[in-house]
Amino acid sequence: MSAQAEPIRVKREGSPFTGLWAVVGKDMADHLTSARMRILDALILITALGTVYVATENLRQAADDRFLFLKLFTTGQGAVPAFVGFLGILVPLVAISLAFDAVNGEFNQRTLARVLSQPIYRDALLLGKFLAGLFTLALVMTAIFLLIMGLGILRLGIPPTGEEVARIILFLIATIFYGGVWLALALVFSTISRQPATAALASLSVWLFFLIFWGILTSLVAQSLRPVRIGMLEEVIRQAELAIGLARVSPNTLFVEITVGLLQPATRSFGMILPSQLSGALLGAPLPLGQSVQLIWPQLTALIAETILLFALAYVLFQRQEIRA
Amino acid sequence: MNDIGDRSTLAIETRGLTKRYDDTLAVDNLDLKVAQGEVFGLLGPNGSGKTTTILMMLGLTEPTDGQVRVLDFDPARQPLSVKSRVGYLPDQIGFYDDLTARQNLTYIAKLNGIRRSDYEQRITDALERVGLGDNADQPVKTFSRGMRQRLGVADLLIKRPAIMIMDEPTLGLDPEAARDFLNVIRGFKEEGITILLSSHLLYQVQAVCDRVGLFHRGRMMLEGSVRELAQHVLGGGYRVLVGARGPADALEQALAALPHALTVEHNQNGTYVVAADEDIRTQAARAVIQAGGELVSLSMEEPNLDDVYATYFREVEHERTS
Repeated sequence: MSAQAEPIRVKREGSPFTGLWAVVGKDMADHLTSARMRILDALILITALGTVYVATENLRQAADDRFLFLKLFTTGQGAVPAFVGFLGILVPLVAISLAFDAVNGEFNQRTLARVLSQPIYRDALLLGKFLAGLFTLALVMTAIFLLIMGLGILRLGIPPTGEEVARIILFLIATIFYGGVWLALALVFSTISRQPATAALASLSVWLFFLIFWGILTSLVAQSLRPVRIGMLEEVIRQAELAIGLARVSPNTLFVEITVGLLQPATRSFGMILPSQLSGALLGAPLPLGQSVQLIWPQLTALIAETILLFALAYVLFQRQEIRA
Repeated sequence: MNDIGDRSTLAIETRGLTKRYDDTLAVDNLDLKVAQGEVFGLLGPNGSGKTTTILMMLGLTEPTDGQVRVLDFDPARQPLSVKSRVGYLPDQIGFYDDLTARQNLTYIAKLNGIRRSDYEQRITDALERVGLGDNADQPVKTFSRGMRQRLGVADLLIKRPAIMIMDEPTLGLDPEAARDFLNVIRGFKEEGITILLSSHLLYQVQAVCDRVGLFHRGRMMLEGSVRELAQHVLGGGYRVLVGARGPADALEQALAALPHALTVEHNQNGTYVVAADEDIRTQAARAVIQAGGELVSLSMEEPNLDDVYATYFREVEHERTS
């Protein structure tokens, strides 16, 4: 060993993803065999069966609709909401339950030091845990979506069209990334808090905050920041634009907009529509798939961006964490 | 005190290694050398910086200052090279309780990038070696403390390390399990594996370590073989107990005049305690006879690290408070 300082090597040795797939494989196996996941799977399954039953009962009377299969997801009746309504609640629940004890669980089991003393970087462990959660979520959601489609074919007696399949696949992808946001959030709390229960409660609190209070808060903020003083149309529009912009910080809002945009092809805009923008439009006519995708593109990228930001936060916190108690 | 050869034979070397947490100094300017094939014991009370030192050697904690070389790699910059060659047994070892012993080890093998064709045999061999061959497919939650510790050793064996670092490996083991464990460590030593172990259980360290380092408040206060430490702290490595009848003054003088004898104490029960830096039983016996005494008993106490430890830290505390 030389006494002089070595030239600083900027690059770390090896790939940060060494061992990544070992972590993903192990954690996914854990998720898929855990009692926790089985309960949630059963819950989703019951929801899917119930809502599809209600939806098909209703849709049999209106079998001439062009997008019958999309309606499987969006049709509810009376007290029974549509399947997408349940998804908005179940997906965060599943995602949070997959990740709230990801890091602190390893810490409490005292396996963290042993795993990190293997030739891997911390990057691989954290990313592996995130991907294992995301893949598990994707697996469960894909299975449920296929089940719904299958039941739909059986009960409606017609196959889905290519466009319907394409829209449902896109919606599935959006659903998985919606889960990704909550997964990353739970991962952040599992890094911050050594107690899994605290991490779970904190994650659920954030979710409830966005579910219930964010809407109220955005309209209050918009009213105070951009008050309507004289009552001019311009003022009203500016206030509404701010309120919508703030509401879109919430992953729930983004997911609802994506749902509506993809599963209700007639949707043309999520904000306000001025009469001038409607000139030449055939109201009620469905948009082609490409147009619908353009419509929801910003929402989808925003969901992915939120996921990446939260994951980056978890990453920074985890890198700085001391292994010792 | 240490006569270790050139750096090519060094397994672990630290220079001026320092770790500061906020305003506490966990490790203070540590210089440590461990030769290849050596068993080195880090000794010290809880909180004296042993675990922090170990974590820095593995690149799991960044040093505030100073350098570490492990097998001539820098753990902070080349952690993968270090961690693929160094096995670490943490002080409180944990496993995935719902998985079986074999599944736990399989995960470790995969993290090490060992191919399936290789690791299946390695895992079977490792479990056999630590005596868990019959429990390979039981979930770890059914394991006792001793079995977990042995599984931890099997875990180390998977990557076939050149160095094993064990943090308090015998903590919480019953005496029999601890003895078995020390035999396992001796076995590794015979295979030429370098072993660094930390402990506050002194007699165990004494039983297996070639050299020890005494830690106190983040500093290595003393370093050397157990005998050297005993000489330094107790004033003599050997305590020869001579039971003799005869003229007390003459006997005491005769014993004190022996080469290698350092001090002589005369106890009430007629025993002379000779502190010496070598085994001088024969000379002592001859001296007693020649001085006209009658030899009743003759025995020797091995240098005992417990005494070193107690005496040394009593002195340190005394200096600190006065």
